[in-house]
Amino acid sequence: MADVRLLAGWGRTAPSGAHLVAIGGADDVVRAARSAGPRGVLARGLGRSYGDAAQNAGGAVLDMTGPPAGALRVAADGTLRAPAGTTIDAVLRATLPQGWFVPVTPGTRQVTLGGAMAADIHGKNHHGHGSFGGHVTSAELVTGEGERRTISPVGDARAFWATVGGLGLTGAVTEMTVRLLPVETSRMVVDTERLDDLDALMAAMERADARRPYSVAWIDLMARGRHLGRSVLTAGDHAPRAALGDAAGGPLAFDPSVRLGAPPWAPSHLLNALTVRAFNEVWFRAAPRHRRDEVQGMASFFHPLDGVKNWNRLYGARGLVQHQTVVPFGQEATLRTMIERLAGAGVPSFVAVLKRFGAASPAPLSFPLPGWTLALDMPAGRAGLADLLDELDRLVVAAGGRVYLAKDSRVDPALVPTMYPRLDEWRAVRRELDPHGRWCSDLARRIGLLDRCERPPAARIGSPGRPA
Amino acid sequence: MKDAFGDVQRVLVLGGTSDIAQAIVRRLVARRTRRIVLACRRPDGAEAFAAEMRAAGATVDLVAFDADDIAGQPAVLDDAWTRLEDVDVVVLAFAVLGSQPVFDDDPSAAAAAVHTNMTASVAAGLWVAGRLRHQGHGTLVVLSSVAGERVRRANLVYGATKAGLDGFAQGLGDSLAGSGAGVMVVRPGFVATKMTAGMKAAPFATTPDAVAEAVTRGLARGAHTVWAPGVLRWVFAALRHLPRPLWRRMPA
Repeated sequence: MADVRLLAGWGRTAPSGAHLVAIGGADDVVRAARSAGPRGVLARGLGRSYGDAAQNAGGAVLDMTGPPAGALRVAADGTLRAPAGTTIDAVLRATLPQGWFVPVTPGTRQVTLGGAMAADIHGKNHHGHGSFGGHVTSAELVTGEGERRTISPVGDARAFWATVGGLGLTGAVTEMTVRLLPVETSRMVVDTERLDDLDALMAAMERADARRPYSVAWIDLMARGRHLGRSVLTAGDHAPRAALGDAAGGPLAFDPSVRLGAPPWAPSHLLNALTVRAFNEVWFRAAPRHRRDEVQGMASFFHPLDGVKNWNRLYGARGLVQHQTVVPFGQEATLRTMIERLAGAGVPSFVAVLKRFGAASPAPLSFPLPGWTLALDMPAGRAGLADLLDELDRLVVAAGGRVYLAKDSRVDPALVPTMYPRLDEWRAVRRELDPHGRWCSDLARRIGLLDRCERPPAARIGSPGRPA
Repeated sequence: MKDAFGDVQRVLVLGGTSDIAQAIVRRLVARRTRRIVLACRRPDGAEAFAAEMRAAGATVDLVAFDADDIAGQPAVLDDAWTRLEDVDVVVLAFAVLGSQPVFDDDPSAAAAAVHTNMTASVAAGLWVAGRLRHQGHGTLVVLSSVAGERVRRANLVYGATKAGLDGFAQGLGDSLAGSGAGVMVVRPGFVATKMTAGMKAAPFATTPDAVAEAVTRGLARGAHTVWAPGVLRWVFAALRHLPRPLWRRMPA
């Protein structure tokens, strides 16, 4: 058995020990699935999920990031076939010079394609392009029986959509084909607008989404009263070649770098109400009131956080919690109440993010639904935060919304079936793909996603202290 | 599983009639705990508490557990583990206080107390630690006592058992480092419980619920040692260096 390693999510809140298994190829995954012990097995990418989605206490965790992707070549039809452990960073470095961009990117390039599919991630273009799974045309899945199966939206659609957003619990994807987006340049044209309150923001976001494929708003959640919801809205599109003039390095140059590293430790209260309030104030004032068609690099528009390595360490030993929810359109009153509660409680949330989602994916556990999504990072050690987030979740559920499970680290399990009404449908497909319940995670155990994670005692190996 | 705030879901109590253990469980159930096994020497003594926890929304199993029966421990523990499937917190709470004058007259009674507080606790603690290591997560909460921090002549047998248990628990916690599992040593001062009923309260006396609050806060921040009340940490930092002639004059 491989070494026991302490694994945590990006929020570093509830680490657990697991046997980390290096994966060199699909055969290794098959072997790991077939030899799974009573605590099961789970694929892990770069561990960027905030909570425990990529942890499997006491079981096996497959490190999918091992084998280098080799040469990534875009096919004539604009698709890319790549191992699931390939990072979006590696994809962009290879394909952008060829004039191709990923169909969906989160706020960091340091995620794997497999993780992107398992979480069914979304980006600033969700209102037009939907989530990541909708751009995967085919994938190879290793099931609980260790069978290598090709799944796609047209062949084996049930297995495919259960795997999209399936949090790694239907099996491990070893390889996939993704449809890329043709671009003329590696730059963006960006409109920036500063909004003084929530009403102005929501109206401006609707306008921006009609005009631009990418948009997001950064809200100052510490602002109250008439400044409630004050924010900076950025909306953009890929820059056409004509917008560039003589760009340095050519129109498709792409070589982002890490500029700063967070110190290996930070005091637990570095990010407190005072420092965050000051930061938000400066950041709001520094934004232009209204600027159009500014040319920006890809990295600064999409991946600002990648400029600081290990920024999660700034939250200190207790770590951070990310809370992302969505409420359907028509439930704006709930969104306002949530923002009022957060602002009133003075929770130090570093630039929270608001975004409008477009149509939902066919995947039963996919998070996005048409509506407003609010995401915030908070220090986990903050007193009263657990109760406040529970209260927000109850508001969200009453409004027909949900929390993003891939980022979750603390939701009340009792609320999950209401948030995800198609959970039983997903469970049924999962049972077919993994009848012995081999794929498992700490998240699945914590929020009760599976019928049963722990297998019967008969399967236990080397358990200590059994009666003679 | 434990969540980002240290709230836990499945709890096993060894010594389910302990007032402190019950106060801990009460606080955990008010958060996310929904599955409980109470292992007690006399399960009927915990019926009322089990009913209270069921009314609060938890599933509670009561199992008969005679900690003193070392050979019989594993079967009961294994059964409890099977009921819970996955265990986030084990509270090791069984102990006897006894009376020093009685021990003075009957050394075999003292040996029996040592057997319960020390021998049986070590056996159960090792068994639980093995399971937690295998599970890759979970916390063994060991109810120690400030009585073990420096043994007083007034309760020297009890104090000695707690000193031994405390040292064992610290070492056990260190042995689990890096496994995902851990041990939390709890050192309450004088707690007003049925165990101490009729005794004169010592300075810095506290209540089961105050100890429980310290324990749940300790779980949230992943503490390896918890004092209740917290000031006792500093009080004992001084008391442990008190010259012996002064220490032995400490009031009973």
